[in-house]
Amino acid sequence: MSHFIDRLSFFKKNVDNFSGDHGVVTSEDRSWENAYRQRWQHDKIVRSTHGVNCTGSCSWKIYVKNGLITWETQQTDYPRTRPDLPNHEPRGCPRGASYSWYVYSAQRVKYPMIRGRLMELWREARKSMEPVEAWKAISQNPETAKKYKSVRGQGGFVRASWDEVSEMIAAANVFTAKEFGPDRVIGFSPIPAMSMVSYAAGSRYLSLIGGACLSFYDWYCDLPPASPQVWGEQTDVPESADWYNSTYLMVWGSNVPQTRTPDAHFMTEVRYKGTKVVAVASDYSEMVKFGDIWLAPKQGTDAALAMAMGHVILKEFHLDNKSEYFDGYCRQYTDMPMLVMLKDFPMKDGTATLVPDRFLRASDLDGKLGQENNPDWKTIVVDETSGNLSAPNGSIGFRWGQAGVWNLEMKDGASKAEIKPQLTLIDGKDGVVGVGFPYFGGTDAKDVQVRNVPFKTLKLSGGGEVKVVTVYDMMMANYGLDRGLGGGNVATSYDDMVPYTPAWGEKHTGVKRADIITVAREFADNANRTHGKSMVIVGAGLNHWYHMDMIYRGIINMLMMCGCIGKSGGGWSHYVGQEKLRPQTGWAPLAFALDWQRPPRQMNGTSFFYAHTSQWRHEKLNVAEITSPTADANAEDYRLIDFNVKSERMGWLPSAPQLQTNPMEVVKAAEAAGMDPVKYAVEQLKSGALKMSCEDPDNPKNFPRNMFVWRSNIMGSSGKGHEYFMKYLLGTQNAVFGPDLGELGEEKPKEVVWHDKGAEGKLDLLVTLDFRMSTTCLYSDIVLPTATWYEKDDLNTSDMHPFIHPLSEAVQPLWQSKSDWEIYKTIAKKFSELAVKHLGTQKDLVLTPLMHDTPGELGQALGVKDWKKGECEAIPGKTMPAMTVVTRDYADTYKKFTSIGPLMTKIGNGGKGIAWNTESEIKQLADLNRTVQEEGISKGLPRIESAIDACEMILMLAPETNGQVSLKAWEALSKITGRDHRHLALTREDDKIRFRDIQAQPRKIISSPTWSGIESEHVSYTAGYTNVHEYIPWRTLTGRQQFYQDHKWMLDFGEGLCVYKPAIDTKTIKPVIDKLGNGNTQLVLNWITPHQKWGIHSTYSDNLRMLTLSRGGPHVWISEPEAKAAGIVDNDWIEVYNINGTITARAVVSQRVPRGMALMYHAQEKIINVPGAETSGFRGGIHNSVTRTVTKPTHMIGGYAQQAWGFNYYGTVGSNRDEFVVVRKMNKVDWMEGPLDENRPAGIHGSARNQFSGKKGNTK
Amino acid sequence: MDYLNNALFGIYPYIALAIFLLGSLIRFDREQYTWKSDSSQLLRAKQLRWGSSLFHIGVLFLFFGHMVGLLTPHWLYEGMGLSTPNKQMLAIVSGGIAGLICLAGITLLLLRRLLDERIRATSKPMDIIILLWIFVTLVLGLISILFSLQHKDGSVMLLLGQWAQSIVTFRGGAADALLTVPLIYKIHLMFGMTVFVLFPFTRLVHVWSGFAVVTYLTRSYQIVRQRG
Repeated sequence: MSHFIDRLSFFKKNVDNFSGDHGVVTSEDRSWENAYRQRWQHDKIVRSTHGVNCTGSCSWKIYVKNGLITWETQQTDYPRTRPDLPNHEPRGCPRGASYSWYVYSAQRVKYPMIRGRLMELWREARKSMEPVEAWKAISQNPETAKKYKSVRGQGGFVRASWDEVSEMIAAANVFTAKEFGPDRVIGFSPIPAMSMVSYAAGSRYLSLIGGACLSFYDWYCDLPPASPQVWGEQTDVPESADWYNSTYLMVWGSNVPQTRTPDAHFMTEVRYKGTKVVAVASDYSEMVKFGDIWLAPKQGTDAALAMAMGHVILKEFHLDNKSEYFDGYCRQYTDMPMLVMLKDFPMKDGTATLVPDRFLRASDLDGKLGQENNPDWKTIVVDETSGNLSAPNGSIGFRWGQAGVWNLEMKDGASKAEIKPQLTLIDGKDGVVGVGFPYFGGTDAKDVQVRNVPFKTLKLSGGGEVKVVTVYDMMMANYGLDRGLGGGNVATSYDDMVPYTPAWGEKHTGVKRADIITVAREFADNANRTHGKSMVIVGAGLNHWYHMDMIYRGIINMLMMCGCIGKSGGGWSHYVGQEKLRPQTGWAPLAFALDWQRPPRQMNGTSFFYAHTSQWRHEKLNVAEITSPTADANAEDYRLIDFNVKSERMGWLPSAPQLQTNPMEVVKAAEAAGMDPVKYAVEQLKSGALKMSCEDPDNPKNFPRNMFVWRSNIMGSSGKGHEYFMKYLLGTQNAVFGPDLGELGEEKPKEVVWHDKGAEGKLDLLVTLDFRMSTTCLYSDIVLPTATWYEKDDLNTSDMHPFIHPLSEAVQPLWQSKSDWEIYKTIAKKFSELAVKHLGTQKDLVLTPLMHDTPGELGQALGVKDWKKGECEAIPGKTMPAMTVVTRDYADTYKKFTSIGPLMTKIGNGGKGIAWNTESEIKQLADLNRTVQEEGISKGLPRIESAIDACEMILMLAPETNGQVSLKAWEALSKITGRDHRHLALTREDDKIRFRDIQAQPRKIISSPTWSGIESEHVSYTAGYTNVHEYIPWRTLTGRQQFYQDHKWMLDFGEGLCVYKPAIDTKTIKPVIDKLGNGNTQLVLNWITPHQKWGIHSTYSDNLRMLTLSRGGPHVWISEPEAKAAGIVDNDWIEVYNINGTITARAVVSQRVPRGMALMYHAQEKIINVPGAETSGFRGGIHNSVTRTVTKPTHMIGGYAQQAWGFNYYGTVGSNRDEFVVVRKMNKVDWMEGPLDENRPAGIHGSARNQFSGKKGNTK
Repeated sequence: MDYLNNALFGIYPYIALAIFLLGSLIRFDREQYTWKSDSSQLLRAKQLRWGSSLFHIGVLFLFFGHMVGLLTPHWLYEGMGLSTPNKQMLAIVSGGIAGLICLAGITLLLLRRLLDERIRATSKPMDIIILLWIFVTLVLGLISILFSLQHKDGSVMLLLGQWAQSIVTFRGGAADALLTVPLIYKIHLMFGMTVFVLFPFTRLVHVWSGFAVVTYLTRSYQIVRQRG
């Protein structure tokens, strides 16, 4: 009754003794113990997950107690796997387990926030003006614009109301669309798979108004261009459970236990079965301790290692002891038997040689080998049985314009006769000829390696003769194997110092040749015995180098040579940034408003940021440094940006903004002139009256004006060239040290207008949606509070496991936060209101590149012709971007946003070049979600009012979650391939997964032709499975996996076949090292920024629980000997800088790190414990402050089968690993605390160069 | 004047004691999780070591000194051979030393609480009020020593003792004993009694538990609680 009275039991408290007097038994009130029981009591458990950019995709239990989110634990109820496989559970890691801290933390964004100065200007302007005019007055007046732009990132937020911020955002969007064009409204949000509806909310709004969504997978440099090059596939990989089926596992540049924590157990478990694990890592990473063998190549030399291993595999398993399995696999599933033409090449020394040119096509031959449809796009083999030439089934020409022959049956495409493609021409050759192969490895061998190759001579249909070789024979020569054909530059022994022998590999990588030979031999021997169960897990460690495609192709070559692709337990396992959006085709209509209008505007992120953060103005890589010694001598003298411009106007890459003139004005002008808008635009472009925006990024007409960032922290994480973002895009304080090309007096770009002063502060409005005050939020003009991952309903999938599961609302969004879906609804509503007066109905001219998986991918088959140079006709959709007039009823934006439009019924749905009717699903959605009752354009259509409605739309339309749709999709594909694939879905025909189902338990995905593996009771998901087992061609030129890339630009840059290319020289040290010293010894180190241990990218890195486990702020790892040389001891404050900017951090001195490398876990937030830098006088930056994106022309190829652009599919990637930095101990650690004053005024503008101390340091 | 004197020193003591005892009881029963010393040692241990130790040594001596000094009947120590002037001198010397020790301690604690940002930020208003209150009470007590030195016969001391003993033995007219006592003593008394009023609303409740730990000296090595 009373604690006090209950204690008044002095005389009867002790009831017994034991152990003499040493122990006593008491009888007393024990109700206080309930406190410990109540500690773990809760009111409910809700299933949710962490919508973070992580492949983990773990399902979690969220505990709610007294209306508060209290903690989370791992779900353990994943559907069963097969009896012979370990279970998936438990999935999770300490990062996810710390998430609930955010919900009530000081980091939480609780109210709409706005930059104070902007708010003052807005309220003042709104007194006398309506919203759109007010926005114009503020943003277009240079003085007022500078007032709020120049203090971005320097605090000064004030609280605002939803009404006020949504009005301002809508006004800005309306004004921008009206004045400059809707494609000046940009959206950046990554990885839809982590929260599909939240992504779709913003992209649906932007697509409806004509704004452009930026891609991310390529910008993050997680997209491996090698994958589309070799397979025509964005990225498809085995699920982690398939590691358990492998019998030889190489883990190469991927730190599995640290960065794939919930899946790592499959790797450790398979070791108990006897699987050998080889760890390849330059540093002693956590993964290394799991390796039976550790290979430690010098960072960036992985391609050399792969080439040396390839040399061993080809010699021992393709030449000396031919593997029947490898032979059969390569014949049927790779381009090895395909014929390649040779062309003359004059060498620098005056001699003539031949170099490989493009694949021979049916159209090159008399009678086109009976191929009337797309003969330019059909490649040729020699049939070993008959000795005849044949255009076999499956090449890309068979995919479009005809049906039933696009498959990998070994048949002639015209006669249907069985054939046996011949791998080598060595028997029955017309002769042997020296063919030049480019060599980039240094001065230890000639830059053109001439090696003898057997050839056949053919007559061309246009007259003349040509020498042809097979890819197989070229491969043998390229890898430097001696086949007894005479000539030089080939090796008979592994110890020969010829590219690419193991001895040569040892020299370049530092890995002992014996180890190279052992691993290569074991890898191939295992694959031979098990028919392909050798696997390589790869990751960001390799893919972030400038020449990542060479590293990846080197490894992929090994896998293809050994028949591992498409085999369970084998294959290429690239795990980075690829949280597979499994129900993609159900999601796309929602995300890009394809139910209302097509096509949407999409833009590749890398080219966008390269142009609009003006990183191209500082480009120091000259194209001559990366072109092949065998390149066409007549190629233009271009800078990197020029290639991008050329690529955009040829329709290879997309554009945003697209045209210098407002696209709605273009249509109006065309109509005024009485012309078809597309014809009009083509004429105007040809005459030069109409310009593409990419030709003049510094012209205010071409600025991206408004930008939404949601589900992303681009300024605190992925923004390569961070300081350039600050300077050019935002126009605020920055630490760009380097002069631009103009100031350097270097050669200027040719296709781009040069302005002596680069434009600064291009963005008028930056809006960020987040639940935590991230670095990006701090640089934004408006911050909108979103619901956390425990406060909203959404969907989540991954490539790592075959399940789909939800995010769920455990408590309602706290404070004034709203889910992303509700936020964009709010903005769309306000936008619709303001649009009535200012926009009404508009016709918008939309440019679309030649898209992958559409007939447009058959662009220019036989060469590169530029309409602008008069080399060919300007044909939209063929030699230039496709153009479409899209009508937008701007006032109906909200109504369209919240209902499913009529195009799904009218046109249907599809993906990856397959289309199907989806009328019945839309009817079912109308019954499930109910229909709109209000008058207007959406009346009677299915509603998508809530996020759950949106989830249901995705689930209903996607083959992966609706068995009937899956069946329809496989049926549609069957028509194209001429083979019946329906058996893959029949068993699950009646499965329909609903949102409430996945809230009860994660559900297994249904097989779909969108992906190249299958969900089955008999085999784990693995990429390429249906290509190999169902004979569905790869979506490449040849229809097979390609060792050879024959596009002219690939050949000009020396990447026809895989070669070793060392890191590029970014030239970022020399101009600053002697100017910015502080007297301490300076180290020059390679800048390596791997994924971290205490965060998933930047998320969790500011979480108190994770900060407690780590150093609690930015830190950089360096090696012991180098630290000693520079007088740095562990935990010292160091500064890391180069021409791009500067970072302040603590040093971690560790044996983990080899010499020559500074390693900073990427995305450590700028908001935690970052002192001022001595060089700039400003606070230090993030890991990307010292990087700058360098684009690669080969990634700009388009309209060429597998090398055709797709959103996040192909395109330029933002590499950052070739960078070097100066590291030195700091003398003074300035925390720059206290308010801003005259000495530290708000809005310091421009670069920090004035702050040079001028002292010189010693360089080690 | 008489009325005020009676209200302050005849009635207020009972109000103070009632609040002190009932308040402690209610808090103990209703707010068990607040029954603690609220130590800030985890936030900053350094200055606490000296400040806390000096303060506690001093204040404990003063507490027991006042108890014994005020409540022991006059005849008892006279019978033991301690004369009134001598007793007063003993009180002045020992109390003065303990008071200075306590003053050093509380000054350190006060400065730490007010000037250390972490401690200040985590302080509740009552934490600062009670510390200031004790500080003022202590300083007043030390000042009163100067007055005591002016009448070394111990007459004032006897009056104060008479008052205290009358209060605790529930005799009427206790306040009359203080009519002639100098003002400084009255102010000190007022502050001292108010410490008891504040007691249940502050971290001072840990004093109860502090005294309770004395039982630790005699307890068994192992204690097992009975089921149920």
